Amino acid sequence: MSEHVLASDLERWECAKCGIPLVLGKVDVSYLNSSYQVDLLHCPKCGMVFVSEDLAVGKMAELEKSLEDK
Amino acid sequence: MEQKELREQENRCIQEHAPECTATCPAHVDVRALAAELSKGDFGAAYKIYRKSVPFPGIISHVCDQPCKATCLRKDLGGAIEIAALERACLEYGSHEAEPIKPLPRKSKTMAIIGAGISGLTVAYDLARKGWGVVIYEASDRMGGGLWQTPPDALPRDVLVSDLEIIEALGVEIRLNSFVGRTGGNGHRTVLSRLCEEYDAVYLGIGPHSSDIPELRLDENGQIAIDPVTFQTSRAGVFAGGDVLRVSVNFPNQTFDHSAILSLSEGRRAATSIDRYLQNVSLTAARVNEGAYTTRLFTNTAGITSQAPHILTDLSTRYSREAAEEEAARCLQCECMECVKTCEYLKHYKGYPKKYIREIYNNLSIVMGSRNSNQFINSCSLCGLCGEVCPTDLNMASIIHNSREMMVEQKRMPPSAHEFALRDLEFSIGEPFSFARHAPSASTSLYALFPGCQLCASSPDHVEALYKRILARPKAQSEPVGLLLHCCGSPADWAGRVDLFEQSQESFYSNYEQLGCPTLILACSSCYRTFQDQYPDVKIVSLWEWMEQEALLPPRVARTNIPHLAIHDPCATRYEKDIQESVRRILQQLGIVVEELPLNREKTECCSFGGMMWLANPPLAHRVVERRIQFSESDYVTYCAMCRDFFARQGKPALHVLDLVFADDPATATRRPDPGFSLRRENRRDLKRRLLDQFWGETMEPLPEFSKVRLILSEEVHELCEQRLILQEDIQQVIDHAEKTGSKLMDRESGHWLASYRPANVTYWVEYLPEGDGVRVFRVYSHRMNVEAGGQK
Repeated sequence: MSEHVLASDLERWECAKCGIPLVLGKVDVSYLNSSYQVDLLHCPKCGMVFVSEDLAVGKMAELEKSLEDK
Repeated sequence: MEQKELREQENRCIQEHAPECTATCPAHVDVRALAAELSKGDFGAAYKIYRKSVPFPGIISHVCDQPCKATCLRKDLGGAIEIAALERACLEYGSHEAEPIKPLPRKSKTMAIIGAGISGLTVAYDLARKGWGVVIYEASDRMGGGLWQTPPDALPRDVLVSDLEIIEALGVEIRLNSFVGRTGGNGHRTVLSRLCEEYDAVYLGIGPHSSDIPELRLDENGQIAIDPVTFQTSRAGVFAGGDVLRVSVNFPNQTFDHSAILSLSEGRRAATSIDRYLQNVSLTAARVNEGAYTTRLFTNTAGITSQAPHILTDLSTRYSREAAEEEAARCLQCECMECVKTCEYLKHYKGYPKKYIREIYNNLSIVMGSRNSNQFINSCSLCGLCGEVCPTDLNMASIIHNSREMMVEQKRMPPSAHEFALRDLEFSIGEPFSFARHAPSASTSLYALFPGCQLCASSPDHVEALYKRILARPKAQSEPVGLLLHCCGSPADWAGRVDLFEQSQESFYSNYEQLGCPTLILACSSCYRTFQDQYPDVKIVSLWEWMEQEALLPPRVARTNIPHLAIHDPCATRYEKDIQESVRRILQQLGIVVEELPLNREKTECCSFGGMMWLANPPLAHRVVERRIQFSESDYVTYCAMCRDFFARQGKPALHVLDLVFADDPATATRRPDPGFSLRRENRRDLKRRLLDQFWGETMEPLPEFSKVRLILSEEVHELCEQRLILQEDIQQVIDHAEKTGSKLMDRESGHWLASYRPANVTYWVEYLPEGDGVRVFRVYSHRMNVEAGGQK
């Protein structure tokens, strides 16, 4: 279970284009000169990644700021 | 900015300079800190502060002539602080908490002191503490010299004896009844010569009649020559102080006051020299402000009420604890902080310019690790109020501005800091807003109205009405006024983006030259300042002065529905007295009597739009506006669209001067809401479309495809968009992209669609559902990080 994904989101989302549920798996996240791999929900077929509001305005925003100040 | 330049600027900040009392005290007692501790009731901490400067707290607090009182800024506000009495209170109630003095480990060299007066004892104290061996030769049978002549009422003998014991406790060897005369026992060598052989250094703390020591060169007055800074005599390793120095300094005057605190200070300075001599380092390096000196610290005493001392004291007064605390609380705690007191931003970061400039320097020079001052540097409004109120004219705005340019140059400017405003600049200098035309029936332009992007964004109707009125004036044919919609480029300048500013200027000039380089009529004060500073070849006039000159104002009408108004001067007009006056005359002509705010004209405050503080630090910007709008209960009137809108956004009824000229009902106009970021764009685009159509019969390029998406936003979502700086056109693009490509997610619980799109450096997310012919938006958010599933790059 990824620390960036809520349990309640696990069964909740599906890719509208491919008509299949999102799965948890490694995703590349990058900003400025840094990149990481984290577990996020994404479509196993087309690759569309789900970023939740909490993640975007929380941990991601914090990390963006600290990378900008590095 | 080079280190040298930053250092020079840093040194202009006087906040760290000593208060008057400390500078005047030859021993530099930190009276301010001492009084602060006493006023809190911490006598132990106060005693420690006192003992740091005064090795003999008992003696000095009973005999000090208190030169500090003559310069205390309380002097004319009820009377100087009763400092010696406070020092005795430290001793009485705080000395028991102090640790005994511990000397450093014993060093190999030993020095001799001749004379156990207060200067000699101070030398002994300082050098013994540093671990040097010290031997005192005293001619009489007791230490203390002239102190024994002080009446016991003033200097109780137990106090005197107890302080003298401090010397013994430090392990100093004391040789009483040891008269050091002209010659030694066998008459071949003087005692001084022998002492110099025996000891590594000698201090002469001798009486006034010592000019007959033959080894020491005399000055032109026949006194022992003593260096006034290092207290060296002509013989290496021999130093002199105390009365012998006083005689030399005061020659030919033979009568002078004995000052214990001065003797102590001289002892300290001699000890510094001797310590350096024994270590074989420079005696003269970095010896500034020793003894009494004049401080550069400025302390504003305006508004401080007079308050008399608790009781007047003499050198025998003993305070109760409570009386001491009360008296200490009278200390003004002198400090400058003039800029910090007037600027919410400088206050927010809990420092003052000297400290800030050091931090900026560190931030700019750091190679590895976090740049902790980025947000500080980006939060300044660059309004220059600090420079206006600073006693030494130190202006943080220029330092901060230079720092931003350096950050950009070093590629260290956080991309998120200014991007939103720079995108807006791009909009304003581009196709959606910018254009230039001669007046409809003219082929030249003597003038061109340059309303500026934010007035057009905020009050497009007023701009349209204004131009209509300009075209209708009698001189319209002979002195034609064209129209130029563009941005002055200030956001790029504020962001330190020299490249973007140049790009913006280039675009401006191509429009400007197309009109034949007319005089610009500027409605915006930020534009005015930017043109004045950065476009020296462009002739400008403020709209206000021009309207007066052209008699373009409506006739004075007695209107009853105008609220009581206080005038806010935009910070960009800080030094534009003519504009300030012109606006006031216009208001008067409109029949309005305005109230002046306490900080106005050259001391006016920024609304947080300047320098893009609002973007870099929204909570701080909120406080800045809050402070400004609370200066008066009255509604505000101003002549900058952003000031007006930022006040309105925080609930302050406010008017733009043009509201008074063109609004149907000024009372309603005070409640006009801030349009918000999306409408600001729409207003500009729409204004261009309307003006082109109405005056020149031209049509604008059609809007992009995505703008056909009709959004349905609740007030809540609208507010979220504002907070998160997400424009409606960003949302439209996300939905348009999702619907065209089918790339979207479905929330199985709510059935809502969730889609994202990354037009440039930001990914926008929108949760939505079609509703009728529109789209209802439930949620919007964004991030800057790039996210891609593995193998999908």
